[in-house]
Amino acid sequence: MSENILTPEEIIKTGELVFKKTKLMTDAELSYCPGCGHGVAHRITMEVIEELGLEEQTIGIAPVGCSVLAYEFMNVDMQEAAHGRAPALATGIKRVYPNKTVFTYQGVGDLAAIGTAETIHACNRGENITIIFINNGIYGMTGGQMAPTTLPGMNSSTSPYGRDVHTMGYPLKITELVAMLPGTSYVTRQAVHKPGLVRKAKKAIKKAFELQMENKGTSFVEIVSNCNSGWKMTPVESNEWLDKNMLDYYPLGDLKG
Amino acid sequence: MEEVKLMKGNEAVAEAAIRAGVDAYFGYPITPQSEVIEYLMAEEPHKRTGMVVLQAESELAAINMVYGAAACGKKAMTSSSSPGFSLKQEGISYIAGAELPCVIVDVVRGGPGLGTIQPSQADYFQVVKGGGHGDYNLIVLAPATVQEMADFIELAFELAFKYRNPAVILSDGVIGQMMEKVVFSPQKERLTDEEIDTLYNSWATTGKKNGRERNIITSLELVPERQEAHNHHLQAKYKKITENEIRFETFNCEDADYLLVAYGSSARICQKTVQLAREKGIKVGLLRPITLWPYPSEAINKLADQVKGILAVEMSAGQMVEDVRLAVNGKVKVEHYGRFGGMVHSPNEVLDALETKIIGG
Repeated sequence: MSENILTPEEIIKTGELVFKKTKLMTDAELSYCPGCGHGVAHRITMEVIEELGLEEQTIGIAPVGCSVLAYEFMNVDMQEAAHGRAPALATGIKRVYPNKTVFTYQGVGDLAAIGTAETIHACNRGENITIIFINNGIYGMTGGQMAPTTLPGMNSSTSPYGRDVHTMGYPLKITELVAMLPGTSYVTRQAVHKPGLVRKAKKAIKKAFELQMENKGTSFVEIVSNCNSGWKMTPVESNEWLDKNMLDYYPLGDLKG
Repeated sequence: MEEVKLMKGNEAVAEAAIRAGVDAYFGYPITPQSEVIEYLMAEEPHKRTGMVVLQAESELAAINMVYGAAACGKKAMTSSSSPGFSLKQEGISYIAGAELPCVIVDVVRGGPGLGTIQPSQADYFQVVKGGGHGDYNLIVLAPATVQEMADFIELAFELAFKYRNPAVILSDGVIGQMMEKVVFSPQKERLTDEEIDTLYNSWATTGKKNGRERNIITSLELVPERQEAHNHHLQAKYKKITENEIRFETFNCEDADYLLVAYGSSARICQKTVQLAREKGIKVGLLRPITLWPYPSEAINKLADQVKGILAVEMSAGQMVEDVRLAVNGKVKVEHYGRFGGMVHSPNEVLDALETKIIGG
């Protein structure tokens, strides 16, 4: 048996190339926890920008949250926003450069708590931008506190006995809210915890960017993701938990467009 | 061609912005400066120069739209009044940290809180001393006339881009609302996208073209040694601004026994006080800081060798007076006078204060 095992060099030499990292992801070591969905969401976003040939005209905006350092990984021009203000930055850019491609990459607290006004109003104005929204139901960077999208009864460090909707409010379906606004062209909810879903999510992101370039209004892609560290689970457990619990409240699929 | 118009200070700001070749204005209405955005919307500058005007959902959004556009090398500005400026402070701190050039106009009203819509100069602390978090300085220009409201737009952008630092025009409800003659300079062309790519290639986020490395605009540096180094870099820049950009003017100071220090509309009022005092045989002079940061400390310190006492006059409970005291460093008596909370002092009230607090005090 042992003589049949190929060395890595032999695999590269003899094997067929099945995957190549997009040049629009840098070689910087990702700051995300092993098992987190951010890495995949980053990669498919940047693959889409490369495939659409938008590299030289794209400006991305990183939020405050786990993806605060997204600009270290995304190999395009990037701006770092204050917490929640990414859609306002994107508006400022797009208004002075209507032909550039502008996207924000935001987490739950950024987009659906402190930045709710900026999110709703950018979408309501129909800014020709693309918003990528990672919904993992928790505040990961600050250590697992309750988020606006934390599920009822779900534990976090600020809802240690479970989210009590009577005192802590209900999970905010902000994607449903922006889908109601005439300014949005395409609103969809995707996930990246299974290979088939990754392919679908990438297709959705591609559509979102294409619509932006056609000046159709705001395109909005929610990605329901895991937070194995914040949820205090192994990566596999967190993906199973996501599949079993998150998708009932946040069903996948296109909401609009 | 030069054009003479009769205008409110707020309208002059708007017209001057169009003529200065500003690319974008983002604002949220607030009294007493709503005429800025109203004038711009009525004027449709996109037809005149291609300038963008957008009413944001809040002051927070407006200053962050300025961030986005400024980070692309465009000339972007906003305006507000005191409670709105408080809201912009978060964004201003980020803009200062990320070293972006932009202009913010503050037409000050009385506070604290919702306060009043009447004029005030009680934003000195929050504009000149920071207000947002972290160690940073804003270039602060204080116009005293409608003409200067117009002229300082171009000057503020020039300084903002020279140092990649936000610049503030610190005005007040008197100058914002009053009408005066104003002469406008000819229309300046807006920079083309190609010119911006050439001029600001090293930092502006316009898409990483022609094989250049990507540009990143951020105020974040998690490694404390690097953040300290960035802060040292900022401090070195502030030192350079202090060395090169102090602006002030003096009025009847040559033979003065007493000195008034006042900016903006208080300086206008104090000019009359100087005249009234001299009619009574009291030799009074006036120093008007034009830049509130950097502050004309040295000029005030020199005059302190000559005069017997100094009265800082401002429509506040005493804010700029702290900088006068620092400049004078105990050489002579320094007192504050001013009506505040929306009230405007008269030249005679200033003269009374000078006589009781400084001459007789």
